[in-house]
Amino acid sequence: MRKTKLVAIVLLLTLLLPLVQGCGPKAQTENGQGQEEPTPSEVHIGVYEPMTGASASGGQMTWEGIQLANEMHPEVLGLPVRLHLEDNKTDKTEAANAVTRLIDQKNVVAIIGSYGSSLSIAGGEVAKNKKIPVVGCSPTNPLVTQDNPYYFRVCFIDPFQGKVMAKYAYESLNAKTAVIIRNVQDDYAVGLANYFKEAFIQLTGNDKSVLAELEYNTGDQDFTAQLTQTASLAPDVVFAPGNYGDSALMIRQARTLKITAPFLGGDTWEAPEFIEIGKEDVEGATLSTHYSVQATGTDASREFVEAYKAKYGKDPNAFAALGYDAYLMILDAIKRANSIKPEDIRNALAETKDFKGVTGTITMDENRDANKSAVILQVKGGKFEYLTTVEPF
Amino acid sequence: MQLSMFFQHLANAISLGSLYSLVAIGYTMVYGILRLINFAHGDLLMLAAYIVYYARGMFHLPWPISIILAILLTAGTGILVERAAYRPLRDSPRTTILISAIGVSFLVENLGLVLFGGRPQPFPLPAVFDSGSAREIGGVRVENITFAIPVVTLVLLYVLLHIVHKTKTGMAMRAVARDFDTAGLMGVDVNRIVAITFAIGSALAAVGGIMWGMKFPQINPLMGMMPGMKCFIAAVFGGIGNIQGAVVGGFILGVAEIMIVAFLPSISGYRDAFAFVILIGTLLIRPTGLIGEKVAEKV
Repeated sequence: MRKTKLVAIVLLLTLLLPLVQGCGPKAQTENGQGQEEPTPSEVHIGVYEPMTGASASGGQMTWEGIQLANEMHPEVLGLPVRLHLEDNKTDKTEAANAVTRLIDQKNVVAIIGSYGSSLSIAGGEVAKNKKIPVVGCSPTNPLVTQDNPYYFRVCFIDPFQGKVMAKYAYESLNAKTAVIIRNVQDDYAVGLANYFKEAFIQLTGNDKSVLAELEYNTGDQDFTAQLTQTASLAPDVVFAPGNYGDSALMIRQARTLKITAPFLGGDTWEAPEFIEIGKEDVEGATLSTHYSVQATGTDASREFVEAYKAKYGKDPNAFAALGYDAYLMILDAIKRANSIKPEDIRNALAETKDFKGVTGTITMDENRDANKSAVILQVKGGKFEYLTTVEPF
Repeated sequence: MQLSMFFQHLANAISLGSLYSLVAIGYTMVYGILRLINFAHGDLLMLAAYIVYYARGMFHLPWPISIILAILLTAGTGILVERAAYRPLRDSPRTTILISAIGVSFLVENLGLVLFGGRPQPFPLPAVFDSGSAREIGGVRVENITFAIPVVTLVLLYVLLHIVHKTKTGMAMRAVARDFDTAGLMGVDVNRIVAITFAIGSALAAVGGIMWGMKFPQINPLMGMMPGMKCFIAAVFGGIGNIQGAVVGGFILGVAEIMIVAFLPSISGYRDAFAFVILIGTLLIRPTGLIGEKVAEKV
């Protein structure tokens, strides 16, 4: 009995340990906010990304790009930059918690993240209240930066992405009808589906060109009911924005049910798992994204591609490139502000103009969004192949 | 709605329902003996899927060996979980064991995240079950796996009923289910019987996990959560503790889920909520479930 108690006490102490450690830096923050600013020895930049859960692949690819950028540019204003990573577990609540931890415990002056618009919206609320600037790598929903003067992004937004895919469906595939299948719990998928619908109806000039909008939930694996309905409607294209894993399963089931219409999606499909899970069934699936190695690039992008290949032994994709750009854009803002106060960084970020990024030239507009071109990729021979670049229109 | 479309929905529903049944059997069987809802059941399912994934992908073992290995290792894990997390608490109030079960579930999930990584992995498929293998029967497209799952479910159902009702171990199980202490006094090795129950329950979870992976070939460490919930609901709906009830409950849940999307597409987003409505409804109106009777012989 005695022994059991001892074990219990030891276990309890182990559990409490991180709490005690967590309190340390927090106490410093409170001290630091006194009259005298302590001379900082490091610049702390926070990263919150989904490292686990349904979007883990996206978060991990982004993190690779951020780490590479940090290795290549480890200093700003003569101070070393330290990255702090928090996993938001593809969960909205965890995303808010992650941002809180970064700000309260790690003392970060700026934050990068997150893959997934829902996660970014949840995290952005916290950052806004605590007045810490955030640069999003790939959250494309307009709501992420709307009414949040502390949120910026290095990617285009969904109204543009939706238009790009609608135009591709109408002009390149000659599609007259479409069915939309979307994840109703995902702000990204719902938003993108709506923009696609608007643009597609406008292009076809037919209110009924979108035959149906079918829905599913996060975590669903069986899409046969929605697909059986799709099959009976026989659309020219199916637009199914969503998570790479869910979408790959959906396309597999669609091919089983003999649906031959091409599947179109958004930037979230660009993950190796999409092809690994979907195998030959996702051949021909077409998506819009931010960047492709195969598109002719600038000097900055060639330098990035070589460094990335040397470090990770594979070609970078859009998310790694956006992570790289987000990091460098923050460093650029810190340099221009000549300060590591969050408020100064925010103001400098808002003035970002003609920043030469890997994914293109970035200028922050009044909504803190980047106005950039999109690329269209298609799965061919088990790889994402570059089809074309679409300039903002 | 055209007739062929209705039959297509029905085929989809049977495919999903039989999968739910398969996993629900394991839930209900452990509950029948121990009055314990083993919340780690779904996570053992995940474990089995990963064992097959590594056995096939990393060690290139043939299919039968991979499957047997997964079943044995998962059964072993089940015994270990019982020994470490449930046996020391056997005399505690039931809530304590329940909380311990939830703890085990979280532990296995997070261990999975650490060991296997959070990124989803493609589940290897034997050629017979590849997506190209679908057949067309009277305008209805059916995957081969759709035929396999109900067969596996029914075979396991038969084997399980045989063990419980026709063997000496089964008799001991039924005795333990009635009364732990008395069974012990009558010379039944209670610990051994409980361990066997867990081994069988976990082996069923393993088969469920492998079938789940073959039907939805994308696995991740948290994949056991939803099946765990859904199949728990199926087991309660059919009458928890009753093996036939679990099969019926699983089928009905699968059919209901598909039909709600098919006939009421406007509320298809609430599909999961519907499963929980069934759970709440069952608990309010008929807590013993469809087949379970108050005096019914458990297991």
